[in-house]
Amino acid sequence: MDFWLDPLVQGILLGGLYALFAAGLSLIFGVMRLVNIAHGDLIVLSAYMALTTSVTLGLHPLAALVLVVPFMAVVGYVLQRFLLNHTMGGDLLPPLLVTFGLSVIIQNALLMGYSADPQKLKAGALETASIAAGPVSVGVLPLILFVTAVVVIGLLQWMFYHTALGRAFRATSDRQDIVQLMGINRAHVFGLAMALALAVTALAGVFLGIRTSFDPAVGGSRLIFGFEAVIIGGLGNIWGTLAGGVILGIAQTLGAKIDPGFQVQAGHLVFLIILAIRPRGLFPRID
Amino acid sequence: MADALLDINGLDAFYHDFQALYGVDMQVSQGDVIAVIGANGAGKTTLMRAVTGFLKSRAEAIRWKGQAIGALRVDQIASLGIALVPEGRLLFPSLSVEENLIIGGQLKRKGPWNLKRLYSLFPILEERRNVPATALSGGQQQMVAIGRALMSNPELIMMDEISLGLAPVIIKSIYEALPSIVGEGMTAIIVEQDITKALAVSTRVFCLQEGRISLSGNSADVSRDAISRAYFGV
Ligand SMILES: Nc1ncnc2c1ncn2[C@@H]1O[C@H](COP(=O)(O)OP(=O)(O)OP(=O)(O)O)[C@@H](O)[C@H]1O
Ligand SMILES: [Mg+2]
Repeated sequence: MDFWLDPLVQGILLGGLYALFAAGLSLIFGVMRLVNIAHGDLIVLSAYMALTTSVTLGLHPLAALVLVVPFMAVVGYVLQRFLLNHTMGGDLLPPLLVTFGLSVIIQNALLMGYSADPQKLKAGALETASIAAGPVSVGVLPLILFVTAVVVIGLLQWMFYHTALGRAFRATSDRQDIVQLMGINRAHVFGLAMALALAVTALAGVFLGIRTSFDPAVGGSRLIFGFEAVIIGGLGNIWGTLAGGVILGIAQTLGAKIDPGFQVQAGHLVFLIILAIRPRGLFPRID
Repeated sequence: MADALLDINGLDAFYHDFQALYGVDMQVSQGDVIAVIGANGAGKTTLMRAVTGFLKSRAEAIRWKGQAIGALRVDQIASLGIALVPEGRLLFPSLSVEENLIIGGQLKRKGPWNLKRLYSLFPILEERRNVPATALSGGQQQMVAIGRALMSNPELIMMDEISLGLAPVIIKSIYEALPSIVGEGMTAIIVEQDITKALAVSTRVFCLQEGRISLSGNSADVSRDAISRAYFGV
Protein backbone atom coordinates (compact mmCIF):
# COMPACT_ATOMS: atom_id res chain seq x y z
CA MET A 1 0.00 0.00 0.00
CA ASP A 2 2.69 2.46 1.07
CA PHE A 3 4.45 1.48 -2.12
CA TRP A 4 1.75 3.36 -4.07
CA LEU A 5 0.91 5.97 -1.47
CA ASP A 6 4.29 7.64 -1.64
CA PRO A 7 4.33 8.27 -5.42
CA LEU A 8 0.70 9.33 -5.19
CA VAL A 9 1.55 12.06 -2.69
CA GLN A 10 4.67 13.11 -4.62
CA GLY A 11 2.57 13.19 -7.79
CA ILE A 12 -0.02 15.46 -6.24
CA LEU A 13 2.70 17.83 -5.09
CA LEU A 14 4.42 17.74 -8.49
CA GLY A 15 1.02 18.62 -9.96
CA GLY A 16 1.35 22.01 -8.27
CA LEU A 17 4.30 22.81 -10.53
CA TYR A 18 2.42 21.69 -13.63
CA ALA A 19 -0.56 23.74 -12.57
CA LEU A 20 1.72 26.78 -12.39
CA PHE A 21 3.01 25.97 -15.89
CA ALA A 22 -0.56 25.66 -17.07
CA ALA A 23 -2.14 28.67 -15.35
CA GLY A 24 -0.30 31.24 -17.50
CA LEU A 25 -1.08 29.36 -20.70
CA SER A 26 -4.71 29.00 -19.75
CA LEU A 27 -5.03 32.68 -18.82
CA ILE A 28 -3.74 34.03 -22.11
CA PHE A 29 -5.61 31.50 -24.18
CA GLY A 30 -8.76 32.25 -22.22
CA VAL A 31 -8.57 36.02 -22.49
CA MET A 32 -7.19 36.48 -26.00
CA ARG A 33 -7.22 33.07 -27.75
CA LEU A 34 -3.46 33.21 -28.06
CA VAL A 35 -1.51 29.95 -28.08
CA ASN A 36 1.91 30.83 -26.75
CA ILE A 37 4.51 28.39 -28.07
CA ALA A 38 7.23 30.32 -26.20
CA HIS A 39 5.60 29.67 -22.84
CA GLY A 40 8.04 26.92 -21.84
CA ASP A 41 11.02 29.04 -22.83
CA LEU A 42 9.67 31.95 -20.81
CA ILE A 43 9.54 29.60 -17.81
CA VAL A 44 13.19 28.71 -18.42
CA LEU A 45 14.06 32.37 -18.96
CA SER A 46 12.56 33.11 -15.54
CA ALA A 47 14.74 30.42 -13.99
CA TYR A 48 17.83 32.03 -15.53
CA MET A 49 16.75 35.46 -14.35
CA ALA A 50 16.46 34.04 -10.84
CA LEU A 51 19.87 32.44 -11.23
CA THR A 52 21.52 35.72 -12.16
CA THR A 53 19.66 37.65 -9.47
CA SER A 54 20.43 35.18 -6.71
CA VAL A 55 24.09 34.79 -7.69
CA THR A 56 24.87 38.48 -8.17
CA LEU A 57 22.89 39.75 -5.19
CA GLY A 58 23.55 36.71 -3.01
CA LEU A 59 19.83 36.16 -2.56
CA HIS A 60 17.97 32.96 -1.83
CA PRO A 61 16.16 31.94 -5.05
CA LEU A 62 12.79 32.34 -3.37
CA ALA A 63 13.76 35.86 -2.33
CA ALA A 64 14.77 36.52 -5.92
CA LEU A 65 11.08 36.12 -6.78
CA VAL A 66 10.55 39.64 -5.47
CA LEU A 67 12.53 40.89 -8.46
CA VAL A 68 11.89 38.18 -11.05
CA VAL A 69 8.10 38.25 -10.81
CA PRO A 70 7.69 41.99 -11.52
CA PHE A 71 10.44 41.81 -14.14
CA MET A 72 8.66 39.07 -16.06
CA ALA A 73 5.35 40.92 -15.71
CA VAL A 74 6.90 43.95 -17.39
CA VAL A 75 8.43 41.71 -20.08
CA GLY A 76 4.96 40.27 -20.66
CA TYR A 77 3.28 43.65 -21.00
CA VAL A 78 5.91 45.00 -23.37
CA LEU A 79 5.97 41.80 -25.41
CA GLN A 80 2.22 41.87 -25.83
CA ARG A 81 1.79 45.57 -26.59
CA PHE A 82 4.75 45.99 -28.90
CA LEU A 83 4.96 42.63 -30.62
CA LEU A 84 2.11 40.17 -30.18
CA ASN A 85 -0.79 42.63 -30.41
CA HIS A 86 0.30 43.48 -33.94
CA THR A 87 -0.12 39.87 -35.00
CA MET A 88 -3.56 39.39 -33.49
CA GLY A 89 -7.13 40.08 -34.52
CA GLY A 90 -7.52 37.83 -37.50
CA ASP A 91 -6.15 34.39 -38.11
CA LEU A 92 -4.81 32.16 -35.30
CA LEU A 93 -1.70 31.34 -37.32
CA PRO A 94 0.36 34.59 -37.31
CA PRO A 95 0.58 34.89 -33.48
CA LEU A 96 1.35 31.17 -33.30
CA LEU A 97 4.26 31.58 -35.71
CA VAL A 98 5.55 34.67 -33.94
CA THR A 99 5.59 32.93 -30.55
CA PHE A 100 7.34 30.00 -32.21
CA GLY A 101 9.99 32.42 -33.46
CA LEU A 102 10.19 33.92 -30.00
CA SER A 103 10.79 30.48 -28.58
CA VAL A 104 13.77 29.97 -30.89
CA ILE A 105 15.14 33.43 -30.08
CA ILE A 106 14.89 32.93 -26.31
CA GLN A 107 16.59 29.53 -26.49
CA ASN A 108 19.44 30.89 -28.56
CA ALA A 109 19.87 33.97 -26.42
CA LEU A 110 20.07 31.78 -23.31
CA LEU A 111 22.54 29.51 -25.04
CA MET A 112 24.75 32.49 -25.86
CA GLY A 113 24.38 34.09 -22.47
CA TYR A 114 24.64 31.03 -20.22
CA SER A 115 25.98 28.17 -22.42
CA ALA A 116 24.32 24.77 -22.65
CA ASP A 117 25.61 23.63 -19.24
CA PRO A 118 22.85 22.55 -16.86
CA GLN A 119 22.26 25.02 -14.05
CA LYS A 120 20.42 24.80 -10.79
CA LEU A 121 19.02 27.28 -8.30
CA LYS A 122 20.50 26.54 -4.90
CA ALA A 123 17.93 26.73 -2.14
CA GLY A 124 20.16 25.31 0.61
CA ALA A 125 18.65 23.29 3.42
CA LEU A 126 15.15 23.77 1.99
CA GLU A 127 15.94 21.36 -0.82
CA THR A 128 16.32 18.36 1.47
CA ALA A 129 14.04 19.31 4.36
CA SER A 130 11.09 17.02 4.82
CA ILE A 131 8.37 16.29 7.29
CA ALA A 132 6.95 12.89 8.12
CA ALA A 133 3.25 12.60 7.53
CA GLY A 134 2.25 9.13 8.66
CA PRO A 135 3.76 6.53 6.38
CA VAL A 136 5.12 9.01 3.82
CA SER A 137 7.69 11.73 4.17
CA VAL A 138 6.83 14.94 2.39
CA GLY A 139 9.47 17.36 1.11
CA VAL A 140 9.06 20.87 2.46
CA LEU A 141 9.88 22.40 -0.91
CA PRO A 142 7.29 20.41 -2.89
CA LEU A 143 4.81 21.29 -0.16
CA ILE A 144 5.58 25.01 -0.41
CA LEU A 145 5.30 24.69 -4.17
CA PHE A 146 1.92 23.00 -3.98
CA VAL A 147 0.52 25.48 -1.48
CA THR A 148 1.80 28.31 -3.68
CA ALA A 149 0.06 26.81 -6.70
CA VAL A 150 -3.22 26.50 -4.81
CA VAL A 151 -2.96 30.07 -3.54
CA VAL A 152 -2.04 31.45 -6.98
CA ILE A 153 -4.91 29.64 -8.64
CA GLY A 154 -7.28 30.72 -5.89
CA LEU A 155 -6.18 34.32 -6.37
CA LEU A 156 -6.59 34.10 -10.13
CA GLN A 157 -10.08 32.70 -9.67
CA TRP A 158 -10.96 35.48 -7.24
CA MET A 159 -9.50 38.10 -9.55
CA PHE A 160 -11.50 36.75 -12.49
CA TYR A 161 -14.84 36.77 -10.69
CA HIS A 162 -14.58 39.60 -8.17
CA THR A 163 -12.56 42.45 -9.65
CA ALA A 164 -13.06 44.98 -12.43
CA LEU A 165 -9.98 43.62 -14.18
CA GLY A 166 -11.38 40.10 -14.07
CA ARG A 167 -14.68 41.34 -15.43
CA ALA A 168 -12.82 43.06 -18.27
CA PHE A 169 -10.89 39.83 -18.92
CA ARG A 170 -14.08 37.78 -19.12
CA ALA A 171 -15.85 40.33 -21.29
CA THR A 172 -12.84 40.51 -23.60
CA SER A 173 -12.80 36.74 -23.80
CA ASP A 174 -16.50 36.79 -24.75
CA ARG A 175 -16.45 39.58 -27.30
CA GLN A 176 -13.18 41.21 -28.23
CA ASP A 177 -14.91 43.86 -30.34
CA ILE A 178 -17.90 44.87 -28.21
CA VAL A 179 -15.77 45.21 -25.06
CA GLN A 180 -14.18 48.28 -26.64
CA LEU A 181 -17.56 50.01 -26.66
CA MET A 182 -17.28 49.97 -22.86
CA GLY A 183 -14.30 52.30 -23.20
CA ILE A 184 -11.88 49.44 -22.59
CA ASN A 185 -8.62 49.57 -24.53
CA ARG A 186 -8.27 46.04 -25.78
CA ALA A 187 -4.54 46.34 -26.43
CA HIS A 188 -4.00 47.33 -22.80
CA VAL A 189 -6.18 44.49 -21.47
CA PHE A 190 -4.18 42.03 -23.58
CA GLY A 191 -0.98 43.52 -22.18
CA LEU A 192 -2.23 43.11 -18.62
CA ALA A 193 -3.25 39.50 -19.29
CA MET A 194 0.21 38.67 -20.59
CA ALA A 195 1.82 40.52 -17.68
CA LEU A 196 -0.18 38.47 -15.21
CA ALA A 197 0.53 35.24 -17.10
CA LEU A 198 4.27 35.88 -17.07
CA ALA A 199 4.21 36.80 -13.39
CA VAL A 200 2.82 33.32 -12.73
CA THR A 201 5.35 31.94 -15.20
CA ALA A 202 8.15 33.54 -13.18
CA LEU A 203 6.96 31.68 -10.09
CA ALA A 204 6.86 28.45 -12.07
CA GLY A 205 10.35 29.03 -13.44
CA VAL A 206 11.92 29.63 -10.06
CA PHE A 207 10.33 26.53 -8.54
CA LEU A 208 11.38 24.52 -11.58
CA GLY A 209 14.95 25.72 -11.17
CA ILE A 210 15.06 24.76 -7.50
CA ARG A 211 13.52 21.33 -8.10
CA THR A 212 15.61 20.21 -11.04
CA SER A 213 18.52 21.31 -13.11
CA PHE A 214 17.72 23.19 -16.30
CA ASP A 215 19.38 24.23 -19.52
CA PRO A 216 18.22 26.43 -22.40
CA ALA A 217 16.58 23.51 -24.22
CA VAL A 218 14.16 22.25 -21.56
CA GLY A 219 11.38 24.75 -22.35
CA GLY A 220 9.70 22.55 -24.92
CA SER A 221 8.78 19.75 -22.55
CA ARG A 222 7.52 22.29 -19.94
CA LEU A 223 5.26 23.71 -22.63
CA ILE A 224 3.90 20.23 -23.32
CA PHE A 225 3.27 19.54 -19.62
CA GLY A 226 1.52 22.87 -19.32
CA PHE A 227 -0.68 22.15 -22.35
CA GLU A 228 -1.51 18.69 -21.09
CA ALA A 229 -2.55 20.04 -17.70
CA VAL A 230 -4.71 22.74 -19.32
CA ILE A 231 -6.45 20.30 -21.62
CA ILE A 232 -6.95 17.56 -19.01
CA GLY A 233 -8.52 20.13 -16.70
CA GLY A 234 -10.72 21.66 -19.38
CA LEU A 235 -10.11 24.91 -21.26
CA GLY A 236 -11.20 28.05 -19.51
CA ASN A 237 -11.51 26.50 -16.04
CA ILE A 238 -8.93 27.80 -13.59
CA TRP A 239 -9.47 25.20 -10.88
CA GLY A 240 -9.57 22.56 -13.62
CA THR A 241 -6.00 23.59 -14.40
CA LEU A 242 -4.96 22.54 -10.90
CA ALA A 243 -6.80 19.25 -11.26
CA GLY A 244 -5.14 18.73 -14.65
CA GLY A 245 -1.70 19.42 -13.16
CA VAL A 246 -2.31 17.00 -10.31
CA ILE A 247 -3.56 14.23 -12.59
CA LEU A 248 -0.54 14.68 -14.83
CA GLY A 249 1.80 14.72 -11.80
CA ILE A 250 0.30 11.52 -10.37
CA ALA A 251 0.45 9.79 -13.76
CA GLN A 252 4.13 10.65 -14.05
CA THR A 253 5.19 9.58 -10.56
CA LEU A 254 3.20 6.36 -10.74
CA GLY A 255 4.69 5.73 -14.17
CA ALA A 256 8.17 6.27 -12.79
CA LYS A 257 7.41 3.79 -10.02
CA ILE A 258 6.64 1.14 -12.63
CA ASP A 259 9.75 1.99 -14.61
CA PRO A 260 11.85 5.17 -14.27
CA GLY A 261 11.97 5.50 -18.06
CA PHE A 262 8.18 5.43 -18.24
CA GLN A 263 7.62 8.64 -16.24
CA VAL A 264 6.98 11.13 -19.05
CA GLN A 265 5.29 8.56 -21.27
CA ALA A 266 2.82 7.69 -18.54
CA GLY A 267 1.79 11.34 -18.40
CA HIS A 268 1.30 11.52 -22.17
CA LEU A 269 -0.68 8.28 -22.08
CA VAL A 270 -3.10 9.51 -19.43
CA PHE A 271 -3.43 12.78 -21.35
CA LEU A 272 -4.31 10.92 -24.56
CA ILE A 273 -6.79 8.66 -22.81
CA ILE A 274 -8.58 11.61 -21.21
CA LEU A 275 -8.55 13.48 -24.51
CA ALA A 276 -10.08 10.46 -26.25
CA ILE A 277 -12.83 10.02 -23.66
CA ARG A 278 -13.52 13.68 -22.94
CA PRO A 279 -12.21 15.88 -25.76
CA ARG A 280 -13.14 19.03 -23.85
CA GLY A 281 -11.27 17.98 -20.73
CA LEU A 282 -12.63 16.84 -17.40
CA PHE A 283 -14.07 20.15 -16.23
CA PRO A 284 -14.85 22.29 -19.28
CA ARG A 285 -16.37 25.68 -18.68
CA ILE A 286 -20.12 25.45 -18.97
CA ASP A 287 -21.40 27.97 -21.50
CA MET B 1 -23.05 73.72 -39.09
CA ALA B 2 -20.70 74.60 -36.26
CA ASP B 3 -23.03 73.84 -33.37
CA ALA B 4 -23.74 70.24 -34.38
CA LEU B 5 -22.99 67.64 -31.73
CA LEU B 6 -22.20 65.06 -34.37
CA ASP B 7 -21.28 66.19 -37.84
CA ILE B 8 -20.88 63.54 -40.49
CA ASN B 9 -19.47 64.93 -43.66
CA GLY B 10 -18.84 63.03 -46.89
CA LEU B 11 -18.44 59.72 -45.08
CA ASP B 12 -17.30 56.78 -47.17
CA ALA B 13 -17.01 53.32 -45.62
CA PHE B 14 -15.46 50.17 -46.97
CA TYR B 15 -15.32 46.45 -46.25
CA HIS B 16 -12.05 45.74 -48.02
CA ASP B 17 -12.82 46.54 -51.67
CA PHE B 18 -16.55 46.79 -51.18
CA GLN B 19 -17.81 50.32 -50.62
CA ALA B 20 -20.79 50.32 -48.24
CA LEU B 21 -21.30 54.07 -47.70
CA TYR B 22 -20.97 56.86 -50.26
CA GLY B 23 -20.54 60.45 -49.13
CA VAL B 24 -23.00 60.31 -46.25
CA ASP B 25 -23.82 63.67 -44.64
CA MET B 26 -25.68 63.94 -41.37
CA GLN B 27 -25.83 66.70 -38.78
CA VAL B 28 -27.08 65.83 -35.35
CA SER B 29 -27.79 68.54 -32.77
CA GLN B 30 -28.09 68.06 -29.08
CA GLY B 31 -31.51 66.67 -28.13
CA ASP B 32 -32.29 65.35 -31.60
CA VAL B 33 -33.85 61.95 -31.95
CA ILE B 34 -32.82 60.77 -35.39
CA ALA B 35 -34.40 57.80 -37.10
CA VAL B 36 -32.32 55.99 -39.69
CA ILE B 37 -34.37 53.77 -41.98
CA GLY B 38 -33.60 51.78 -45.09
CA ALA B 39 -33.88 48.34 -46.63
CA ASN B 40 -31.74 45.36 -45.62
CA GLY B 41 -28.14 45.96 -46.61
CA ALA B 42 -28.65 49.69 -47.14
CA GLY B 43 -25.78 50.53 -44.79
CA LYS B 44 -27.49 51.45 -41.50
CA THR B 45 -25.32 49.22 -39.34
CA THR B 46 -22.28 50.28 -41.30
CA LEU B 47 -23.04 53.90 -40.41
CA MET B 48 -23.15 52.95 -36.70
CA ARG B 49 -19.91 51.00 -37.08
CA ALA B 50 -18.21 54.00 -38.63
CA VAL B 51 -19.35 56.44 -35.96
CA THR B 52 -18.27 54.09 -33.14
CA GLY B 53 -14.89 53.54 -34.77
CA PHE B 54 -15.14 49.87 -35.75
CA LEU B 55 -14.70 51.02 -39.32
CA LYS B 56 -11.95 53.59 -39.71
CA SER B 57 -12.69 56.57 -41.88
CA ARG B 58 -11.09 59.85 -42.85
CA ALA B 59 -10.58 61.70 -39.53
CA GLU B 60 -12.58 64.77 -40.66
CA ALA B 61 -15.46 62.72 -42.02
CA ILE B 62 -16.86 62.46 -38.49
CA ARG B 63 -16.72 65.37 -36.06
CA TRP B 64 -17.86 65.30 -32.45
CA LYS B 65 -18.32 68.79 -30.98
CA GLY B 66 -15.95 69.98 -33.68
CA GLN B 67 -13.24 67.40 -32.97
CA ALA B 68 -12.31 65.10 -35.87
CA ILE B 69 -12.86 61.56 -34.55
CA GLY B 70 -13.02 59.44 -37.71
CA ALA B 71 -9.63 57.86 -37.05
CA LEU B 72 -9.91 57.31 -33.29
CA ARG B 73 -10.07 53.91 -31.61
CA VAL B 74 -13.42 52.48 -30.51
CA ASP B 75 -12.64 52.90 -26.80
CA GLN B 76 -11.54 56.51 -27.30
CA ILE B 77 -14.78 57.34 -29.09
CA ALA B 78 -16.80 55.61 -26.37
CA SER B 79 -15.08 57.68 -23.71
CA LEU B 80 -16.20 60.87 -25.48
CA GLY B 81 -19.80 59.91 -24.66
CA ILE B 82 -21.00 57.97 -27.69
CA ALA B 83 -22.70 54.68 -26.86
CA LEU B 84 -24.06 51.94 -29.08
CA VAL B 85 -26.74 49.33 -28.53
CA PRO B 86 -25.50 46.93 -31.20
CA GLU B 87 -27.66 45.00 -33.62
CA GLY B 88 -28.26 41.54 -32.13
CA ARG B 89 -27.60 42.83 -28.57
CA LEU B 90 -24.21 41.12 -28.23
CA LEU B 91 -24.20 40.85 -24.45
CA PHE B 92 -21.28 39.25 -22.61
CA PRO B 93 -22.39 35.66 -21.92
CA SER B 94 -19.90 35.02 -19.09
CA LEU B 95 -21.12 38.05 -17.20
CA SER B 96 -24.25 38.21 -15.09
CA VAL B 97 -26.97 40.70 -15.90
CA GLU B 98 -25.62 43.10 -13.29
CA GLU B 99 -22.01 42.66 -14.43
CA ASN B 100 -23.06 43.49 -17.99
CA LEU B 101 -24.54 46.71 -16.66
CA ILE B 102 -21.56 47.49 -14.42
CA ILE B 103 -19.07 47.02 -17.24
CA GLY B 104 -21.22 49.39 -19.28
CA GLY B 105 -20.50 51.97 -16.60
CA GLN B 106 -16.77 51.22 -16.55
CA LEU B 107 -16.02 54.68 -17.97
CA LYS B 108 -17.51 56.27 -14.86
CA ARG B 109 -18.84 59.27 -16.75
CA LYS B 110 -21.04 61.51 -14.64
CA GLY B 111 -24.75 61.65 -15.31
CA PRO B 112 -28.20 60.51 -14.26
CA TRP B 113 -27.80 56.81 -15.06
CA ASN B 114 -26.76 54.24 -12.48
CA LEU B 115 -27.84 50.74 -11.45
CA LYS B 116 -30.62 52.02 -9.22
CA ARG B 117 -32.16 54.16 -11.89
CA LEU B 118 -31.90 51.40 -14.49
CA TYR B 119 -33.57 48.94 -12.19
CA SER B 120 -36.46 51.31 -11.70
CA LEU B 121 -36.76 51.66 -15.48
CA PHE B 122 -36.55 47.87 -16.02
CA PRO B 123 -37.54 46.22 -12.69
CA ILE B 124 -37.28 42.71 -14.14
CA LEU B 125 -33.53 43.18 -14.50
CA GLU B 126 -33.14 43.72 -10.77
CA GLU B 127 -35.02 40.50 -10.11
CA ARG B 128 -32.73 38.62 -12.47
CA ARG B 129 -29.55 40.54 -11.77
CA ASN B 130 -27.44 37.48 -10.85
CA VAL B 131 -28.27 35.16 -13.73
CA PRO B 132 -26.04 34.97 -16.81
CA ALA B 133 -27.19 37.68 -19.21
CA THR B 134 -27.82 35.24 -22.02
CA ALA B 135 -30.21 33.20 -19.86
CA LEU B 136 -32.79 35.98 -20.19
CA SER B 137 -35.56 36.19 -22.77
CA GLY B 138 -34.88 38.19 -25.90
CA GLY B 139 -36.76 41.23 -24.67
CA GLN B 140 -35.01 41.20 -21.31
CA GLN B 141 -31.67 40.85 -23.07
CA GLN B 142 -32.53 43.90 -25.11
CA MET B 143 -33.19 45.80 -21.89
CA VAL B 144 -29.73 44.78 -20.66
CA ALA B 145 -28.19 45.93 -23.94
CA ILE B 146 -29.91 49.32 -23.65
CA GLY B 147 -28.99 49.52 -19.97
CA ARG B 148 -25.38 48.66 -20.67
CA ALA B 149 -25.18 51.58 -23.09
CA LEU B 150 -26.96 53.97 -20.72
CA MET B 151 -24.66 53.11 -17.82
CA SER B 152 -21.85 55.05 -19.49
CA ASN B 153 -24.03 58.18 -19.29
CA PRO B 154 -23.52 58.93 -22.97
CA GLU B 155 -24.42 62.19 -24.66
CA LEU B 156 -25.35 60.27 -27.80
CA ILE B 157 -26.94 56.84 -27.75
CA MET B 158 -27.27 54.87 -30.96
CA MET B 159 -29.65 51.92 -31.11
CA ASP B 160 -29.43 49.46 -33.96
CA GLU B 161 -32.72 47.61 -34.56
CA ILE B 162 -33.69 47.15 -30.94
CA SER B 163 -36.96 45.48 -31.97
CA LEU B 164 -35.29 42.82 -34.11
CA GLY B 165 -36.70 39.38 -33.37
CA LEU B 166 -38.92 40.48 -30.49
CA ALA B 167 -42.63 39.91 -30.00
CA PRO B 168 -44.86 42.96 -30.64
CA VAL B 169 -45.86 43.34 -26.97
CA ILE B 170 -42.20 43.34 -25.94
CA ILE B 171 -41.33 45.88 -28.62
CA LYS B 172 -44.16 48.05 -27.34
CA SER B 173 -42.88 47.94 -23.77
CA ILE B 174 -39.32 48.73 -24.83
CA TYR B 175 -40.47 51.70 -26.90
CA GLU B 176 -42.55 52.88 -23.96
CA ALA B 177 -39.29 53.20 -22.02
CA LEU B 178 -37.78 55.37 -24.74
CA PRO B 179 -39.20 58.76 -23.67
CA SER B 180 -37.69 58.40 -20.22
CA ILE B 181 -34.33 57.72 -21.87
CA VAL B 182 -34.26 60.51 -24.41
CA GLY B 183 -36.48 62.84 -22.41
CA GLU B 184 -33.63 64.54 -20.58
CA GLY B 185 -31.94 66.00 -23.59
CA MET B 186 -30.04 62.88 -24.50
CA THR B 187 -29.39 62.70 -28.21
CA ALA B 188 -30.30 59.49 -29.98
CA ILE B 189 -29.92 57.83 -33.35
CA ILE B 190 -32.33 54.97 -33.80
CA VAL B 191 -32.19 52.44 -36.59
CA GLU B 192 -35.63 50.94 -37.06
CA GLN B 193 -37.25 48.79 -39.75
CA ASP B 194 -40.77 49.69 -38.69
CA ILE B 195 -41.28 53.04 -40.41
CA THR B 196 -44.37 54.05 -38.45
CA LYS B 197 -42.53 53.48 -35.21
CA ALA B 198 -39.42 55.24 -36.51
CA LEU B 199 -41.38 58.35 -37.46
CA ALA B 200 -43.37 58.35 -34.23
CA VAL B 201 -40.37 58.47 -31.91
CA SER B 202 -38.04 60.70 -33.92
CA THR B 203 -37.66 64.38 -34.65
CA ARG B 204 -35.84 63.86 -37.92
CA VAL B 205 -35.47 60.95 -40.31
CA PHE B 206 -32.76 59.82 -42.72
CA CYS B 207 -33.29 57.09 -45.27
CA LEU B 208 -30.35 55.11 -46.61
CA GLN B 209 -30.44 53.38 -49.95
CA GLU B 210 -27.49 51.34 -51.19
CA GLY B 211 -25.06 53.34 -49.08
CA ARG B 212 -26.40 56.80 -49.95
CA ILE B 213 -28.75 59.13 -48.11
CA SER B 214 -31.85 59.05 -50.27
CA LEU B 215 -34.08 61.18 -48.04
CA SER B 216 -33.84 63.40 -45.00
CA GLY B 217 -36.34 65.64 -43.30
CA ASN B 218 -38.47 66.31 -40.28
CA SER B 219 -40.28 63.17 -39.21
CA ALA B 220 -43.55 65.06 -38.95
CA ASP B 221 -43.32 66.38 -42.51
CA VAL B 222 -42.12 63.53 -44.73
CA SER B 223 -44.79 61.85 -46.79
CA ARG B 224 -45.28 58.10 -47.07
CA ASP B 225 -44.79 58.39 -50.81
CA ALA B 226 -41.44 60.08 -50.50
CA ILE B 227 -40.36 57.40 -48.05
CA SER B 228 -41.28 54.49 -50.29
CA ARG B 229 -39.42 56.14 -53.16
CA ALA B 230 -36.37 56.73 -50.93
CA TYR B 231 -36.59 53.17 -49.62
CA PHE B 232 -36.63 51.31 -52.89
CA GLY B 233 -35.43 53.86 -55.44
CA VAL B 234 -37.58 54.81 -58.33
N1 LIG C 1 -18.31 42.51 -42.53
C1 LIG C 1 -18.71 42.77 -43.77
N2 LIG C 1 -17.93 42.45 -44.80
C2 LIG C 1 -18.31 42.73 -46.07
N3 LIG C 1 -19.45 43.34 -46.40
C3 LIG C 1 -20.27 43.68 -45.40
C4 LIG C 1 -19.96 43.42 -44.03
N4 LIG C 1 -20.96 43.89 -43.27
C5 LIG C 1 -21.87 44.40 -44.11
N5 LIG C 1 -21.47 44.29 -45.39
C6 LIG C 1 -22.20 44.75 -46.58
O1 LIG C 1 -22.37 46.14 -46.47
C7 LIG C 1 -23.66 46.54 -46.90
C8 LIG C 1 -24.34 47.31 -45.79
O2 LIG C 1 -24.58 46.41 -44.71
P1 LIG C 1 -25.21 46.89 -43.34
O3 LIG C 1 -25.04 45.76 -42.38
O4 LIG C 1 -24.66 48.19 -42.97
O5 LIG C 1 -26.73 47.02 -43.74
P2 LIG C 1 -27.99 47.34 -42.83
O6 LIG C 1 -28.65 48.51 -43.45
O7 LIG C 1 -27.61 47.42 -41.42
O8 LIG C 1 -28.88 46.05 -43.09
P3 LIG C 1 -29.86 45.24 -42.10
O9 LIG C 1 -31.16 45.92 -42.14
O10 LIG C 1 -29.91 43.89 -42.72
O11 LIG C 1 -29.23 45.22 -40.76
C9 LIG C 1 -24.36 45.28 -47.30
O12 LIG C 1 -24.27 45.15 -48.71
C10 LIG C 1 -23.60 44.19 -46.65
O13 LIG C 1 -23.62 43.02 -47.42
MG1 LIG D 1 -28.06 46.35 -39.76
